[in-house]
Amino acid sequence: MRVLVVGVSGRLGKMLAKELVSSGHDVIGIDQRPLRESLAGVEVHAVDIRSRAAEEVFRSTRPHAVIHMATVAHLAVLTGDRHRNNLGGTRAVFEHSHTYGAEHVLFYGRHTYYGAASDSPLFHTEDEPPMGLSHFPELADLVAADLYAGSALWRYASFVTSVLRLVYTLGPTGHGTLAAFLRGSQRVPTILGYDPLFQFMHEHDVIGALVLALEKRPRGVFNVAGPEPVPLSVMVRETGRTSMPLPEFVLSASLGRFGFPKLPAGALEHIKYPVTVDDSAFRKTTGFSNTIDEVEAMRAFREAFPSRSPLSI
Amino acid sequence: MRFPGFRFPRVALDAEVKTRLDRLEIPFNEFGVDPYGASKEHLGPFLHTMKFFFRRYFSVESHGIENVPAHGRAMLVGNHSGGIAIDGAMVFASQFFEMNPPRLAQGMAEKFLNKLPFTSQMASRLGQLPGLPEHAERLLADDRLLLVFPEGVKGTAKLFKDRYSLTRFGTGFMRLAMKMNTPIVPFAFLGGGEALPTIKNAYALGRRMGLPYIPVTPWGLLLPIPAKLEIYYSTPMRFAGNGSEDDEVVFGYVDEVKTRISELIELGYKRRRGEA
Repeated sequence: MRVLVVGVSGRLGKMLAKELVSSGHDVIGIDQRPLRESLAGVEVHAVDIRSRAAEEVFRSTRPHAVIHMATVAHLAVLTGDRHRNNLGGTRAVFEHSHTYGAEHVLFYGRHTYYGAASDSPLFHTEDEPPMGLSHFPELADLVAADLYAGSALWRYASFVTSVLRLVYTLGPTGHGTLAAFLRGSQRVPTILGYDPLFQFMHEHDVIGALVLALEKRPRGVFNVAGPEPVPLSVMVRETGRTSMPLPEFVLSASLGRFGFPKLPAGALEHIKYPVTVDDSAFRKTTGFSNTIDEVEAMRAFREAFPSRSPLSI
Repeated sequence: MRFPGFRFPRVALDAEVKTRLDRLEIPFNEFGVDPYGASKEHLGPFLHTMKFFFRRYFSVESHGIENVPAHGRAMLVGNHSGGIAIDGAMVFASQFFEMNPPRLAQGMAEKFLNKLPFTSQMASRLGQLPGLPEHAERLLADDRLLLVFPEGVKGTAKLFKDRYSLTRFGTGFMRLAMKMNTPIVPFAFLGGGEALPTIKNAYALGRRMGLPYIPVTPWGLLLPIPAKLEIYYSTPMRFAGNGSEDDEVVFGYVDEVKTRISELIELGYKRRRGEA
């Protein structure tokens, strides 16, 4: 099968491409970011997905399956460019897939779609609307990209659409929002008096889920998760870090100062309240089961990113 | 194991609490945490403290504990008694100390608790989730024991003079019980109004602190006196249906449960006054 990976230069993109090559697929990659290492057996095109050159890749290669993992999720880029990239890029992927005869399009979405709030239930199901935007409007483009991808289910009958909402990844490559949050320093800021559950899966299982989804082609929207969630405090400890609980007003006033990352205030909701998903539909439809539990995932991360210094205070 | 934020003082856990904690039929993981966030590390010290209140301070007397199913999904439905959650805590303790094997009663907590620091963390670690239908349904599907006070905040806000009355019942619990084919065990809780008599509720002050109200006792403080508390568990009631029935039907069933509870309150009240 010819598979086009949009966003191939990311940590996950590279892992997926390698996995697909080793299982005998022809892999084509698109990414506007330069690829520092060479990917054996992968035809990589360094073009913007929204460009004419990207359409040319679709036209000349005619992929059977397209996987779109080029949405920007980190909040460091809070410009209009992120919105244009996430929405324009997603539109281009679906339109070109339709025009050039793809059979299956897989959208890599995130479980943060559901949002974090005090009155938000644990273990969201796929039919729930995104409720977090009032607190965290900066996620609007990702939510819109997810819903746009879902609209391909009725818009395009010529191919199968799978929208996957994956939980955080945690593993030795340090990919993803959660890993970046933990990697930053030895002391992880948390909010005093709150300790939400966090759901994550090892990146090896993420790749496993994506490969399985490419094989089974499930039609619809699916939450994808691995092990049971664990409280933030347990995760911080098991990854070899130390929690630094601060009152909420102190932490929100410190964002962008004293070495704290510059984050929108709404991001704090995600360390106050849990976002956990019910992944039973995906497991049932594809037969997926995770091979790495939470203990092992946290250990793998800790060994790849050991804490920098012993605790000073 | 260390959690940040609120931590109980380190005392050796009571042997009974320890044994019973290990007998709870809850799928705790390697870290002693269940999928909903209830944690043995927090349940232990909390129940250690509750044992003192349950056995000595209030010397809680319970009747008909054998009516509570030992396994499988069930819903404990009762009246509020007392301005703060003494009732919930004592039913929680009763299920832990008097059931064999012990059961974890999971309350459908008021949503404001999850908004505030510390109560948000503690409620979650003790298995008390915000009272959302999604949570109730999921817990029942997992064969857990749900603790429901259909009076809600209006029930805890009862004044001393109204302590043996019931306020309006919500109907959500009944539709869920029907949909999830769950037996309802009605119970009456007596004495909370004496332990913590409310002469007035400070609504404006409460709102400023993110609370629905703050009960005011004759001695001003929110410290309960060691009044005798009693729990009367009734035989389970079952209601056939799928939960999408007309309001009139559901109202009728809710009234049956409410009547059962008020009969138990009546019985208990008479006994307390030595009339029966």
